[in-house]
Formats: sequence, structure tokens, C-alpha cells
Amino acid sequence: MAQEQKQPRKSQETEETTEVAPESDLAERKEAIDNDVDDILDEIDEVLESNAEDFVKSFIQKGGQ
Amino acid sequence: MSVRRVMGTEIEYGISVVGQPTANPMVASSQVVNAYASATVKARRARWDFEEESPLRDARGYDMSRQVADPSQLTDEDLGLANVILTNGARLYVDHAHPEFSTPEVTTPLDVVRWEKAGEQVMLDAAKRAAQLPSGAEIVLYKNNTDNKGASYGAHENYLMRRSTPFADIVRHLTPFFISRQVFCGAGRVGRGQDGREQGFQISQRADFFEVEVGLETTLKRPIINTRDEPHADPEKYRRLHVIIGDANMSEVATYLKVGTTSLVLAMIEDRFIDRDLAVEAPVAALRAVSHDATLQGTLTLNDGRTLTAVQLQLEYLDLARKYVEDRYGADADSQTLDVLARWESVLDRLERDPMSLASELDWVAKLRLLEQYRSRDGLAWDDAKLQLIDYQYSDIRPEKGLYHRLVAARRMERLLSQQEVDDAMHDPPTDTRAYFRGRCLEKYAEHVAAASWDSVIFDLPGRESLQRVPTIDPLRGSRTHVGQLLDSCDSAEQLFTALTR
Repeated sequence: MAQEQKQPRKSQETEETTEVAPESDLAERKEAIDNDVDDILDEIDEVLESNAEDFVKSFIQKGGQ
Repeated sequence: MSVRRVMGTEIEYGISVVGQPTANPMVASSQVVNAYASATVKARRARWDFEEESPLRDARGYDMSRQVADPSQLTDEDLGLANVILTNGARLYVDHAHPEFSTPEVTTPLDVVRWEKAGEQVMLDAAKRAAQLPSGAEIVLYKNNTDNKGASYGAHENYLMRRSTPFADIVRHLTPFFISRQVFCGAGRVGRGQDGREQGFQISQRADFFEVEVGLETTLKRPIINTRDEPHADPEKYRRLHVIIGDANMSEVATYLKVGTTSLVLAMIEDRFIDRDLAVEAPVAALRAVSHDATLQGTLTLNDGRTLTAVQLQLEYLDLARKYVEDRYGADADSQTLDVLARWESVLDRLERDPMSLASELDWVAKLRLLEQYRSRDGLAWDDAKLQLIDYQYSDIRPEKGLYHRLVAARRMERLLSQQEVDDAMHDPPTDTRAYFRGRCLEKYAEHVAAASWDSVIFDLPGRESLQRVPTIDPLRGSRTHVGQLLDSCDSAEQLFTALTR
């Protein structure tokens, strides 16, 4: 019985806290991602086919199923 | 049923011969398949057995006539194109102008991922071997679905279903699901329209190539629901649902969810559990509208008048699936079914709040994130060739060049499998379907297997004039439990055949 009464209050509490938590998580994560951006682009610059325009022109496929 | 059922995928790969843009793709595809076959297939090479193929059988209950069919639909004719059966139970062959890998039959979504990924490794190995041939130029394979110049090639899924389920129920309940599932299993595409004439990004590779709601064709007038009805199993009991609308995914999570959620929805259709009509107005236009809206904010109008986003429509299916699994299995639900449900929910929830948060799980988000980073760093417009290149190269299957692979190496893409599990599946068959029997026969008695297919293994035995066909019509027989000991104990094909026919 006591537990049942507690239940709704508990879920209200979690709702309040979850509203704050993901936003700060999100902000932190976004910052971490932004810092990593240059690293990954540098790495991908190195492997990208060199002449994009020629490559795109010559990528021709036959239709399939 | 749950997420478990007999299923598999078939992927047609894009193919380029480096420095030779006009090279014949059928020749190049054959070189790839033959190079792998010569290097890995022992003794004689078993033929594909076409006897049970019926690509013109329509699930709505009739056969299309061969005269009316487009030549590309006659997939049961042996055109002499390269075609091999591997010891893992898979089929590696040339379909039209593409090399194709069909996974062996498996029973879980994670096993679909495992053997589909093994297929990528087989293709990579095959292309490397082709380049070592005397005439060999470098051949590069792409796991994508369009050249953005008007051509599309498929990534098909196959699900074994109960024959008793009315096809109209499948069409009714699966169409809205297919229109909306792209939000997590789209592979992302730069360009809009079949030939990419309009600028911009879209979620799916395939969406713009679908023109009708239901039909038998796969190469023209592509339908959202394909009616090809070759069960490769007892046709009285089963149909094989041939799904042609999906994108080829690099992401393991995307493939896992695509197959797992679809299998669950099919289970609900078979058990007549779906109690609401989620039909969407103008399905073909809706399919494209969802694909063209990477913000995921656009709404679809349902026949009952409601308007929902594609994610909300998926949430309706998720809600039904949760109730279905609870109702049928309760605490006894298997762990993969529960895992698919949990991931599906988590992914949809995050897609609603912040799609970019899925950049390490879903292909279209990973690709879009890269594209946006390039756009902001280099000030590129959507029609810049570099962005198109990034789209293609994301699906390059070479680990040193493919952008998906570079993201994995940088620990920016989540994996579900270890590399060892994938490598083993290049050679080992699944243990719980007839693919086990097929694969083990090819591994152990290669010189006496004349041909094989999904539903047969044909032996050429010393001292017997005619070929001996062992039908494997039941996909769940021929498993390790069923024939493992027998295969272990028979040293020759003759012994095995005698034991099987005694």
C-alpha cells in the first residue's frame, strides 16, 4: 500500500530530473563531437578519391532488380 | 512468432573498374565471382539447380506469361553467368550487371547481419582476387543502390510466412510500415529524383525508384509490395515474402533493426493482431515525402484522417509490437525479440528529439553528418561533386577507402558483431536451417556435389549413372541437430546418400 502511494510522486520526480539531464548531456556530447570534427575530416580528406568531378562522372551503373 | 523466422537477404553490389568507366559490368562481375570460386571452391564447382525457380509466380494467385514478362524477370534461365554455392550455404553470382550475394537461410535478425556482413567480406576478397588475374584491373564494389544517374539495383529481404495469411492483409499492414521504416534503415543519398536532377539530401537510396503500390516486377515499375511468390519451401504451407524496397545498409544496427522489426510486424499480421488501420493516403508519394525530409517533421495523412510524422507512425507499430510480445510471450519472450523492441524504442525516441544523436548507429545520419561537416567547413553547395563522392564512397567496401569503414575504425560507428564472428561466417553455415546441410555437403563432399539450390543438393555418385537429388524442401530440416552427427560420421558422399535414402 505504502509503495503504491509513493509510485506517482516518484515518477514526477524522475520526470523533473530527466528534463534537465538529457539537455546537459546533449550539450556536452555536442561539444565533444564538435571538437572531434576536424580530426575525422582530416582523416577522410586523406582517403577521398582525388578528382571528385571525374569520379562522379564515371560512376555509371546498369540497373538491377 | 517473434523476431525469429526463416529469412535472408540478397545484395546486388555496384561495380566499377578503376580507370575504365566503359568496362562491361557483366564481364567485371563474372571476373569477381569466378576469381573467388577458383580460389576457394574445392574440386568441381557445383551448378545452381534452377528446377524449383518460378520468378513469374504471383502471390495473388496466378502466373505471368513468359511472353509478357520483361527479359530481366526471367531469373530462372541459366544464362551461363557465374554462379557458385559457398560452404557457408550462401549463393554468390552475377545478377544482371552486378555481383550478388544471397545469405544462407537464418532464423534471427543478428544472424542476418552476420551473414550479410560475411557477404561483404566475400565480395572484398573476390574483388582483390580478380585484380590479381593477368587481365586484372582493380575492381571496386559499392554496397549502395543507385548511381544517381537513373539506375538502381537492389538489396532484397526474404521472409518465410504462413501461406494461410491473406496477401491483402500483408499489403494493408505492411505498406505504412515500409513507408515509415526508412527513418531508421535508410542509407542516405545525395540527390533527388531517379537521375538525381534535383539537389539535396534524402534519407533513402531507393525511395525515388518506387512507382506502384503492389506488383510482380523488380526491375521496372518497382512496387512497394512485391508479389513474387517462390517459397523455396512447401507452397501449401509457406510463402516467401520478397521485399525489394529496402536500402543496402553498411550499419549493423540498421540492418538488425530493419529485419528484426519487419519480422515482428509480419508475426503480428500472421496472428491477426493489428487491430487498427494505419493506411496512408497516396503511398508512393508518401514514401518519397518521408525520404526527402531529413528533419523528420513532415506529416503523413492517414486514411482515417489523422496526421502523423513517419516516426509517430513507427511508434504506432512499436506500441502494437510491445503489446503483442507481452500478450503472446510475457516473461518468456526470447532475448533477441526483447532487444529489438528496446532498440527500436530507443532509436525512435531519439529520432523524435534529436536525429543527429544517431550518427553512430544509422547510415543516413552518419552520412548526413559527414556531409554537413564538409558543407560547413568548405562552404559546399548540395550539387558539389565532392558531396556526391562522399555519398558513393561511404559504401565502398574496402576498409582502407570506404568512409563507413573509416568511421568504424575511428570508433564512430557502433558494431553488434566481432570481426571474428563475421570472418567465420564467410566459411561456416548457420547451424539451425537447411543451409547447414548444403554448406557441410559442399565443404565435405565437394567433388560429388553436381548442383545445389535453396531446396536441393544433387549428388553425382561414383558407379551411379543418374544424378541423385536430395530435396531440402523444409528450411528448418537439415540443421546441425538434425544431420550434424550423420555428416560427421559419413566419410563419403555415397555413405551419406545411402544413409539418407535407407
